[in-house]
Amino acid sequence: MTMTTMMRPTASALLGTTTDGGAAPRPGESLPGAPLRTPVPLAAATTLTMAKAINAGLRQAMLDDPKVVLLGEDIGLLGGVFRVTSDLLAEFGARRVIDTPLAESAIIGTAVGLAYRGYRPVCEIQFDGFIFPGFDQIVSQVAKLHYRSQGRVSMPITIRVPFGGGIGAAEHHSESPEAYFTHTSGLRVIAVSNPQDAYGLIRQAIASDDPVLYFEPKRRYHVKGEVSPELGAPMERAQVVAAGTDVTLLCYGALVTTARDVALAASDDGVSIEVIDLRSLSPVDYETIEASVRKTGRLVITHEAARSGGLGGEIAAVVTERCFDYLEAAPVRVTGFDIPYPPAKLESHHLPDLDRILDGVDRALGRRR
Amino acid sequence: MSESFPGEIPANLLQLVSPDGERMASETADPWLDDVLAADLVGLYQDMVVVRRIDTEATALQRQGELGLWPPLLGQEAAQVGSARALRTDDFVFTSYRENAVAWCRGVGLTDIVRVWRGNAQSGWDPYSVGMATPAIIIGAQTLHATGWALGAQHDGTDSVAVAYFGDGATSEGDVSEALVFAASFQAPVIFFCQNNQWAISEPVGLQSRANLVDRALGFGIPGIRVDGNDVLAVLAATRMALHRARTGGGPTFIEAVTYRMGPHTTADDPTRYRPAAELEQWKAKDPILRLERLLDSLGLLSIELTEQTRGLADAAAAELRAGCIGLPDPEPLTVFDHVFATPNATLDRQRAEYTDYLASFDSTGGKA
Ligand SMILES: Cc1ncc(C[n+]2csc(CCOP(=O)(O)OP(=O)(O)O)c2C)c(N)n1
Ligand SMILES: [Mg+2]
Repeated sequence: MTMTTMMRPTASALLGTTTDGGAAPRPGESLPGAPLRTPVPLAAATTLTMAKAINAGLRQAMLDDPKVVLLGEDIGLLGGVFRVTSDLLAEFGARRVIDTPLAESAIIGTAVGLAYRGYRPVCEIQFDGFIFPGFDQIVSQVAKLHYRSQGRVSMPITIRVPFGGGIGAAEHHSESPEAYFTHTSGLRVIAVSNPQDAYGLIRQAIASDDPVLYFEPKRRYHVKGEVSPELGAPMERAQVVAAGTDVTLLCYGALVTTARDVALAASDDGVSIEVIDLRSLSPVDYETIEASVRKTGRLVITHEAARSGGLGGEIAAVVTERCFDYLEAAPVRVTGFDIPYPPAKLESHHLPDLDRILDGVDRALGRRR
Repeated sequence: MSESFPGEIPANLLQLVSPDGERMASETADPWLDDVLAADLVGLYQDMVVVRRIDTEATALQRQGELGLWPPLLGQEAAQVGSARALRTDDFVFTSYRENAVAWCRGVGLTDIVRVWRGNAQSGWDPYSVGMATPAIIIGAQTLHATGWALGAQHDGTDSVAVAYFGDGATSEGDVSEALVFAASFQAPVIFFCQNNQWAISEPVGLQSRANLVDRALGFGIPGIRVDGNDVLAVLAATRMALHRARTGGGPTFIEAVTYRMGPHTTADDPTRYRPAAELEQWKAKDPILRLERLLDSLGLLSIELTEQTRGLADAAAAELRAGCIGLPDPEPLTVFDHVFATPNATLDRQRAEYTDYLASFDSTGGKA
């Protein structure tokens, strides 16, 4: 059935022009999939900060697909408060790099409408704590429309969120709200930890026909790394970033760097830690995790987000269900406390650091209780 | 809404003192200033000079690393002082982060003003002792809180009034529209005091609204006043009109105070990236303090003694602020668990106990015991 035959004749008679424009376009008809083309402007491997790597990924996505549009507060001339969208306004113009009025619900809600029409909106939420005015649109609309429309409407929306603490910021500027979204069916959730992944995964996120929450660890924005114009492993795959045999340490976002340091420190002590960067928080790559836990028999999970109801608890439960016979000890969580993010002078007590994660490793090894 | 109201609401900008310091007569507004004597003019002047000095000192403290961040109010002294000085102690204000001159007028201690910005706590003062709520960083949220407080005051049969302070950018948030709906529907005794300082970080007010912000209120059935926000007398008069309406059962008023953010959005911002220098020059000519100085001079009130006494007050306030700021002790680690709940909470108690043990596991040299 086409859109026109569904229209009520009385309505067209009243309005006179209803059928003149034909049916509203279906995204699938006007959009030939989501091409991931080469050549890319990143000609070869370059050293970039994470902020610049995301910028390069956004730029490539916009070059590849004219339906990619950016929406957000201060993303135009200013280039975003973290400069992630720097220079994109100059290159692509105000129709594709849209400085929006100050309203998060509207940013997400209009992205839904754009997606209905075949666009691939990329929304920037200025800081983690400001996503909540848009929460209803994300949970009730973005996440559910594919389901509610029985697959007729897809929501290829990417929502970029600078997240996490460690920068001494004011309240609402250091939060880790990822578990609200991993708890919401219909959303993919990504957290990147290094410039190369940031580049590859923003492109994959934008190309995905599912909505993606893309979390950027703001305290690592300025850390540099080699970036090649590769998409890298599929976005739902975790990555073993340090191989080991005694303990599996799961982490994501800013804590990946910390976890690598933990592995180095522990090796001095004769303990071999396998560090896994989850990358995808929903779905979780249990294949990679299970393979590691079957080898090590011990699991430590760390995140900045509060413990109760956090991702760590869910992963611990799944690993316990599936690897029970392999586990030598109960899974250990090293996380933020169940408190609102504290003021800057107290954040070092809230955030898992090298010592606290090492302490968790000790507990997994049965050295402490 | 047809509650009798003395005088017409000025359709155009209400201005009582020209940028040259000339007192302009207004049939509408002058009756509201009958009791304002020379001493009161001097008081307003001293308030404005002192808060500008406090603001400058806080910016300096941030530059010296003593504060994490500071949102300057430079240029908005008249809007804040003129409105706050119209209030009674039993009124209650709900502000955003920039209303530090309002805090000054409400009697908030100087050290308490910077406590948050030093990162010591999420709030600086006891809202009940000064009639000023914990500032809202989530843009627009406080307009609903003010409306709710006003509904309570209405239920209680008092004539206290709530004032919501918010910016031009905030008017785009859904919360603000919803607050206007509730306030109008229930005729709540609340004043929506919008400081239109022309900018929301890098976004000019024209992006938020095609019409004057005050015109929005009419659509909600709320009368509005558009006032020169750099004219302290006009702001005082406008606020008094609105207060009278609220106290006598006439419901809400929307005041748009047209002013200018002469400084950066915060100390982390660089406005040269997005706004022309000429604009600042234009507004410097309308400086709120300069204007009042000219008026005082024309009235023969600006004596050398007054200037010196005022400078003394400002210097003393700056010194007190600096000493209080630097003298703030760092919060104790375990206070990170304080005040999350009003009632005992077993989950959190356990986390506190675990962290207490963990901290105790370090020996006095900071190494692991
Ligand atoms: C819900 C929410 N979204 C975004 C922000 C980030 N932010 C902080 S201040 C600001 C601009 C506010 O402009 P305006 O309301 O005009 O107030 P002004 O800063 O000019 O006083 C923005 C976007 C925020 N604090 N809260
Ligand atoms: Mg503003």
